[in-house]
Amino acid sequence: MSPASPSRDRILARVRAAVDGAPEAPGPARTYRDTHTPEDGRVDLLAENLADYRALVHRSDEAGLPALVARLLAEHGSGSVAVPPGLPEPWLAGTDVTRVPDAPGTTAAELDAVDSVVTGCAVAIAETGTIVLDAGPDQGRRRITLVPDHHICVVRAPEQVVGGVPQAMPRLDPTRPLTWISGPSATSDIELDRVEGVHGPRTLEVILVEG
Amino acid sequence: MSGTFVGMPSFPTAARGALADETLRGNLRYATHTIRDKRAKAVAELDDWALLREAGKQIKDHTLRNLDRYLLQLEEAVTAAGGVVHWAADADEANRIVADLVKATGESEVVKVKSMATQEIGLNEALAAEGISAYETDLAELIVQLGDDRPSHILVPAIHRNRGEIRTIFASEMGKWGRAAPDGLSDAPGELAEAARLHLREKFLRAKVGISGANFMVAETGTLAVFESEGNGRMCLTLPETLISVVGIEKVVPTWRDLEVFLQTLPRSSTAERMNPYTTMWTGTTDGDGPSAFHLVLLDNGRTATLADETGRQALRCIRCSACLNVCPVYERAGGHAYGSVYPGPIGAILSPQLRGTGSEIDASLPYASSLCGACYEVCPVAIDIPEVLVHLRDRVAHQGGRGHFLERAAIKAAGWVFEHPGVLAAGERAATATRKLHPSRVPGAGAWTNSRDLPPMPPESFRDWWRRNRSQGAAPAGGRKDDGS
Amino acid sequence: MRVALFVTCVNDAVYPATGIATVRLLERLGVEVDFPEAQTCCGQPQYNTGYRRETVPLARRTARVFDGYDHVVTPSGSCAAMVRDHYPAMGDSAAAAFAPRMYELTEFLVDVLGVTDVGAYFPHSVTYHPSCHGLRLLGLGDRPRKLLNAVKGIELRELPGAQECCGFGGTFAVKNADVSTAMGRDKARNAVSTGAEVLCGGDNSCLMHIGGVLSRESQPVRPLHIAEILASTEEEPWS
Repeated sequence: MSPASPSRDRILARVRAAVDGAPEAPGPARTYRDTHTPEDGRVDLLAENLADYRALVHRSDEAGLPALVARLLAEHGSGSVAVPPGLPEPWLAGTDVTRVPDAPGTTAAELDAVDSVVTGCAVAIAETGTIVLDAGPDQGRRRITLVPDHHICVVRAPEQVVGGVPQAMPRLDPTRPLTWISGPSATSDIELDRVEGVHGPRTLEVILVEG
Repeated sequence: MSGTFVGMPSFPTAARGALADETLRGNLRYATHTIRDKRAKAVAELDDWALLREAGKQIKDHTLRNLDRYLLQLEEAVTAAGGVVHWAADADEANRIVADLVKATGESEVVKVKSMATQEIGLNEALAAEGISAYETDLAELIVQLGDDRPSHILVPAIHRNRGEIRTIFASEMGKWGRAAPDGLSDAPGELAEAARLHLREKFLRAKVGISGANFMVAETGTLAVFESEGNGRMCLTLPETLISVVGIEKVVPTWRDLEVFLQTLPRSSTAERMNPYTTMWTGTTDGDGPSAFHLVLLDNGRTATLADETGRQALRCIRCSACLNVCPVYERAGGHAYGSVYPGPIGAILSPQLRGTGSEIDASLPYASSLCGACYEVCPVAIDIPEVLVHLRDRVAHQGGRGHFLERAAIKAAGWVFEHPGVLAAGERAATATRKLHPSRVPGAGAWTNSRDLPPMPPESFRDWWRRNRSQGAAPAGGRKDDGS
Repeated sequence: MRVALFVTCVNDAVYPATGIATVRLLERLGVEVDFPEAQTCCGQPQYNTGYRRETVPLARRTARVFDGYDHVVTPSGSCAAMVRDHYPAMGDSAAAAFAPRMYELTEFLVDVLGVTDVGAYFPHSVTYHPSCHGLRLLGLGDRPRKLLNAVKGIELRELPGAQECCGFGGTFAVKNADVSTAMGRDKARNAVSTGAEVLCGGDNSCLMHIGGVLSRESQPVRPLHIAEILASTEEEPWS
């Protein structure tokens, strides 16, 4: 319940008085496109746009995935990896780095000592180079993809890849916590020039698994 | 310098200092020109930009027309999802609510995501008065806070600082607030960002209370969205146990689907990216993931008064992208501080005098802080006709009294009378041309013009006299009024 | 086709050569031009300074003066924009009805007369400043450029930052004189950097401002209204 407040009624009354007699304003026409990209160009465009914002993009098939994940962890020099509860078992089958399971009690400080995280995603958007996490079983709590400095995200292509933003909306459930990620952490705060790497993971690797 | 804008001089006076500061001029020119060109490219990628712009405008107009309904729907959805909704009529009430909520947690420090609403109400100062330290975590806000400075841009509050100045601030100030900057810090943007990462990480990891604003609130689901780049937003929104979001009532949109428009127009308009690196969306609280307590403070603070103005209410469509600042030739030269508000630039010139009224010197001068060139309207992703609102607010200021405007009004009336009587106008023109040899190019009393610009020489005769001598008998067709009205 | 010239108050008093050039140009193209002498000011300075209600009688008056003409042509983008954009919203039916018949000169030449080569001759280097109201309110687009491109002997030079405002802005030029001057200086610097002899535009008030800066700084670039370039011919060259 909201706390009782005289301001609530006052604000609502002022709103009503302010627009009293104003003509009705219709909702949006939505004549804009739901995508700008032909279906068969989506996966390539996603790869291109991710790379444009300094994500490292890799392509693999299902069989090659365990070895690829193992290699990326090794190349990053990772000794530990955060693991969402429902991460498919084979994804980490090729590596023996220490697994840190995502658990409610894990503190941010503990996660700060973890080198990497491997997740899936809910959907990926080609035109903007975006992956969206919805805290599903293969993605885990939001903090595990935030505190470790190295994020490996697996995208199933083409089934998880849409063209434009409007195509992603119906695939997402807004009642779940959502994180839209487009490249690694960045800032434009110094002279409006973009530089990568501030608080979020400074290395984002996206694996497009096809077939 | 301090964090408040009380007692600001008028815009022309405040702008004079900025104009004289060559470093500042250089910083602003470089930054605004860089982003201007990038924005144009990012927008050109979408061939339906005009339709997205129109849809954004329609969504906002529809929401504002039915704001009471959508606020109530939002309140219900947020409450159902485990959040608590508070209503604040003004800045004092919002600050009081937030301070009480923080005190109830027993904490004496909070981490903050960059938020215009909390800047507007002076939340940090209000919390400090209650013994609560608020740490800004956005890189630019950190630069402003460490430098005891004021923000000068909506998106990049430290746009007036170049890398060398930022290095100096970090090197001398970080240690006073927490982890000091590394020895030998250079002015490379990458190194400066790394220094901020290290300085803030300890604060993120121990923070129990986060404070944010929101870019959008979805009425049908109770979802809030924060668009950001660095990850400081994710830190503040997900690591603390308590999250308090202070959001203007105009930030609500009706449906989840409405976000698909702004997810396309906001990043391209503000940072000129296809998409900003991180957007966090949350609905109330989620068991085991993120804050266990969520408070939403809905803020009026002059918005309902703005809503009541038929022409001026379009300013409430603003999604705070700052594209209008980046293209504005006046902003580029005067800098953000001259606007005397957390909302600088063209949008500030129409928003501040509406939120605060036109009583103060600075607010009465803001509607005139524009050459009406229209570049702001052209880039606005929700089609706010800023020149139209500026002229509308000038009308308000011109007719509210005050000696300067009394004299101006008298002059306008006199000019109106002359223009009603072309015979008088012609006589005046003849008097001016007859004495033209005597006109200096610097005229006493016309200093505002002639201090820096010559006046054009007066011609030997006016056009109408030339016409009478050369054309008025022969060439004119029948019809039209030939009376001179005198 | 009955065509009237709306010369504008600034051109009438300060830049008659622009009005004369407009008349000569239109007559050369076979247009019979009338100049209703009762015309004065469109009301833009008052309107943009915040005196809207004081502008309504002027708008009504201007509409009445031009009653009966099919087209009204003006060598000013901002006065044309004032009439076209703001007259319809003044609550006066005559002013509203007048608005669509108002044409800026280059618009009239290209859209109504359908010409881009007006037979002009202008053997000078020229850089073109598209004033804001012509550019953004009227949407003149490449019309002025098409007309200039067809001028014999002309050498067009690209103006850096062409689309940026010169800083005139009506009463802005005096109410915010410092910012206005800073903008004017940048525009003047850009014009000088082209090395062109002539800075051409479609609004004499903007040219008055930039020209005032150029003159104060003793720069050789000469501001000139586009009408005077288009009116110039081999037989009667501009001087």
